[in-house]
Amino acid sequence: MSWATDTRAGLAGQGSTWRRVLSPTGNTGDAVFRVLMLLVALLMIGIVLAMVAALTADSMTSIRQFGFHFLTGQNWDPIKGEFGALAFVYGTIASSLIALLISVPFSLGIAIFLVEQAPHYIARPVGFLVELLAAIPSVVYGLWGIFVLAPVLRQYVEPPLAAVFGWLPLFRGTITGIGLLTGGIILAIMVTPIVSAVVRDVLAAVPGSQREAALALGATKWEMIRVVLVNGAPGIAGAVILGLGRALGETMAVTMVIGNRPQISLSLFEPSYTIASAIANEFTEATGDLHLSALVELGLILFLVTFVVNGIARVLVWNVTRKTGGVGRAA
Amino acid sequence: MTEYGYADRRRRATSAVMTTLTGLCTLLAVGALLVILSYIAWQGIGSLSWQFLIDRPRPVGEGGGIGNAIVGSLVLLLISSGFGLPLGICVGIYLSEIGRGRLGGVVRFIVDTLTGIPSIVTGVFVYAILVLPMKHFSAMAGGVALALIMIPIVARTTEEMLKLVPHSMREGALALGAPQWRVTLGVVVPAAAPGIATGAMLAIARVSGETAPLLFTAFGSRFFPESLNEPIASLTVQIYNYAISPYDEWHAQAWAATLVLMTLVLGINIIVRFLTRKRF
Repeated sequence: MSWATDTRAGLAGQGSTWRRVLSPTGNTGDAVFRVLMLLVALLMIGIVLAMVAALTADSMTSIRQFGFHFLTGQNWDPIKGEFGALAFVYGTIASSLIALLISVPFSLGIAIFLVEQAPHYIARPVGFLVELLAAIPSVVYGLWGIFVLAPVLRQYVEPPLAAVFGWLPLFRGTITGIGLLTGGIILAIMVTPIVSAVVRDVLAAVPGSQREAALALGATKWEMIRVVLVNGAPGIAGAVILGLGRALGETMAVTMVIGNRPQISLSLFEPSYTIASAIANEFTEATGDLHLSALVELGLILFLVTFVVNGIARVLVWNVTRKTGGVGRAA
Repeated sequence: MTEYGYADRRRRATSAVMTTLTGLCTLLAVGALLVILSYIAWQGIGSLSWQFLIDRPRPVGEGGGIGNAIVGSLVLLLISSGFGLPLGICVGIYLSEIGRGRLGGVVRFIVDTLTGIPSIVTGVFVYAILVLPMKHFSAMAGGVALALIMIPIVARTTEEMLKLVPHSMREGALALGAPQWRVTLGVVVPAAAPGIATGAMLAIARVSGETAPLLFTAFGSRFFPESLNEPIASLTVQIYNYAISPYDEWHAQAWAATLVLMTLVLGINIIVRFLTRKRF
């Protein structure tokens, strides 16, 4: 429609730029329609701006009181009125990194299998099943984590890990089944369908000529897949960062299995605490304005970090999936 | 020759091992899904009864059910759909039919990043703009929080679906002299309606599983809802509260409530898949 209407407006060639923007066809109904839709679209930008404004305004008390020390302080003590979020930041980053370490190889494997190997009649239903993992609500993962995953880890996984790798500080500490490792694994299960779905799109966008060229040169199946992976590398990086964004902000499941103790411990078995969990647990019980303000500041930090992370991921993924059809991008 | 033969065998072996590993990854993911779902079914079915579905929560030892939570979740879904679906569809229309320029790109980017904002942050935001000024938790605030999560999902699926409508349909309508708004609302949107509807259903399925944004907006309640201006129960918050409680009876109820929730969420997902199977 666009070029047709544009041509008409161009032929008319009259009226101010504003009139042409509002209604290229010169129809009043069109002007009303376009303005309405534009307002709703601007509302989206408004919502994001309102989020920044509201979160900043409500965390001002805490920002004034602690400044940058908020991020470096280790003491989170609502009773004394001391709020340092370092332990939450550590817990958030550590659990997300564990999740990515586990999830990325699996996601790559799943995407490669579904795009490069499985015949259509297998790839479709299996792809749907993997996507269903993303449809399971966070609180359900949490419930399953508390009553199934945590006991299994406590009995069958963590003791052997401690026995074999106990010389590493990572695998020392009390084995309870509740802690950083459990949180990371739950996150990994939740992030895998998201990362693998995006990697699937990225791999599917790599031109078939790349595969044919590799095979024609005598490459084995795996060598051909490596060529495809190299071609899709920026998009795959975007998928991983997208998964990171999801893991950083995930709340319920992690809250239920990570132990919720604000401490910085190298041990994967020890309880930890994430930014999102702290908000979820303390918000309704906040003691006084400073406490609430500190929690809102945690929300603001989470908002800004995930906004930037998702923005980077989008740009990376878009660059790959939009450049389809080209015969071999410049090497 | 032998040197070459060895390298060749190694390459083939690597290929065979790696392509098997990818299959195992997939198998493990599907296995995890089946293990989780069957465990929910097995644990949940035991505590499920008609009484459980219609009763409200009672103190430990006295039974009780999730009737108020089911009603509460439906009310929250109605409120959020009431705000979220029309707004999301309008944004989708803007992105596909109007916003082709730089502003459209900005809006698309904003909508995409909105999708990735943690739902707990949405909860904090709604707390700041609705709960604090009103000084109490309410069903309305919970519904608005869910609507904020819905809008970007609906907007992007609507945009994708509208873009699938062939240009010739728009051109035909324009050529007959219809203004753009009639072309869009009378021809393009109806042509994409089934796709938009399935996108809306997926968005509903997604928010019906949300817990974090409800914790300090809708809050939760042990009674049947009487007003949109009061705190309201929801399946997800109920599951959370029961799961972290120390009582075995409440744990059993959490599993049964989860079975109900999963039936809703997976039901919608499978129906949508069935309806759209020809398109993929």
